[in-house]
Amino acid sequence: MEYLIHLAILFSIYAILGVSLNLVVGYAGLLSVTHAAFYGIGAYTTAILLTKTGVGFFGSMILGVIIVIALSSLIGIVLSKFKGDYYALGTFGFNTIIFAIFLNWQNLTMGPFGISGIPKPELLGINFANNFNFLILTLIFLGLIYFVSRFITKSPFGRVLKAIREDEKAIVVFGYNTPYFKITIFFISAAMAAVAGSLFASYLTFIDPSSFRLTESVFILVIIILGGLANLRGAILGALFLILLPEILRFVGFPPDIAAQMRQVVYGVILILVMLYRPQGLMGEYKL
Amino acid sequence: MKILETKNLIKRFNGIHAVALLSIGIEKGQITGIVGPNGSGKTTLIDLLSGVLEIDGGEVIINGVRKLAGVLPHQISSYGITRTFQNVRLFKQMSVLDNILVVATKRSVFTSLFEKHIEYHYEISEEVLQKVGLWEKKNQLAMNLSYGQQKLLEIARTLAMEAEIYLFDEPFAGLFPEMKKIVTGIILELKQKNKTVILVEHDIGLIRELCDQIFVMNEGKLLAKGKPEAVLKKREVIEAYLGE
Repeated sequence: MEYLIHLAILFSIYAILGVSLNLVVGYAGLLSVTHAAFYGIGAYTTAILLTKTGVGFFGSMILGVIIVIALSSLIGIVLSKFKGDYYALGTFGFNTIIFAIFLNWQNLTMGPFGISGIPKPELLGINFANNFNFLILTLIFLGLIYFVSRFITKSPFGRVLKAIREDEKAIVVFGYNTPYFKITIFFISAAMAAVAGSLFASYLTFIDPSSFRLTESVFILVIIILGGLANLRGAILGALFLILLPEILRFVGFPPDIAAQMRQVVYGVILILVMLYRPQGLMGEYKL
Repeated sequence: MKILETKNLIKRFNGIHAVALLSIGIEKGQITGIVGPNGSGKTTLIDLLSGVLEIDGGEVIINGVRKLAGVLPHQISSYGITRTFQNVRLFKQMSVLDNILVVATKRSVFTSLFEKHIEYHYEISEEVLQKVGLWEKKNQLAMNLSYGQQKLLEIARTLAMEAEIYLFDEPFAGLFPEMKKIVTGIILELKQKNKTVILVEHDIGLIRELCDQIFVMNEGKLLAKGKPEAVLKKREVIEAYLGE
């Protein structure tokens, strides 16, 4: 049971990351591979404040969100000059820079040793050290973020994002100052990733830079491509699928000495099959 | 009264003048044709007037006072200018209805985030889609429409803008006769409402039928201007445009 709760918590955190990244990639059509950087900043802000200062979990989360909004707005301004593949390369660069900071700013982040002993949250007498309570907390945040994302995507703003994705030059002719829209959705999405980062740091009680490298951004991207671009429920389904798949494959009965490698192979084959026969993902409304 | 004027308008591509010192005046409430052979600069002119391309020299004056120089591309529509494109540019992976609604609502980030679609937005969307016969297809993706229907949807999108100046870049190209009738009706209705239409078109029959005045362009320059009947008889126009 405890193991299922652990998986459910991980799923909730990745679902937050998937839903938030879908706003940028699926709706606005901006191929971002820097989500793990904002996720990491949220995690490190919580880890540092909880272990070195008297700031509480929720205070650290809010501060992490503020830092990420400020930073992602600046990054968003730079990135708004790019389009298509160049946008992706730009985000690639930012993830690499932020990862290098996590790894090398040893006084603050403890570098490759990471930060341990991060306490679990406590609110109104509820101690979230209990994993079931922590699961409820992550589900509440997932619900909130889903609700906010749904509000955004159903609003005229969400429709403008889709139009930017389809033909930015054309929507400009109809009076939209598109860089503002792109920057706004980029920082909203980044702020949501920071929330996931705070939850992740506090849940694991230990973080190091390896959780926030470029491959993590790619993993989050795979969640939404698999689940479905421009579909919020698709992002949740993608997270569920990719978090549970390795666990399901444990029961397939591969010989023990090659089980780990075979799981990776099956995982890869499933992804290729989905891309071949369902390129818009399981529930997607948009093809890259 | 001239609603739109260009004075010595210039656009260069790699040193070559696509539009060269072009000075024309467009009368309010009239249908003005822009004609000329391929590569004569007609679409470039439309791109300059709609902000898709930056002006390299000269000026564009709206209503005798407001100048387009230095105006950002997204601000041009606030001058009452809207357009269609020679090659259809719809929001293809969006529904037909969404293609209209997206231009019917507020433009700023904040208001668009919190604005709710009111009856009016749906009414105008229904009105313009009924006009082009696409209301029944409102929930289809734009990419699933036929080419002709896509062109009609583009025209419907401009109608939802409720603009003063409509720039139509070859709106009849690739349309069936029935669809051509719809577009002709729309253009004449705009004129009736005292709106200004600038029509880039190759079909001389339609130009004769619809336009109050025409400008003939060749190699980015103005070759002739005036009433269609008179202009299309000019020898230099026949030589340049018809190659006779």
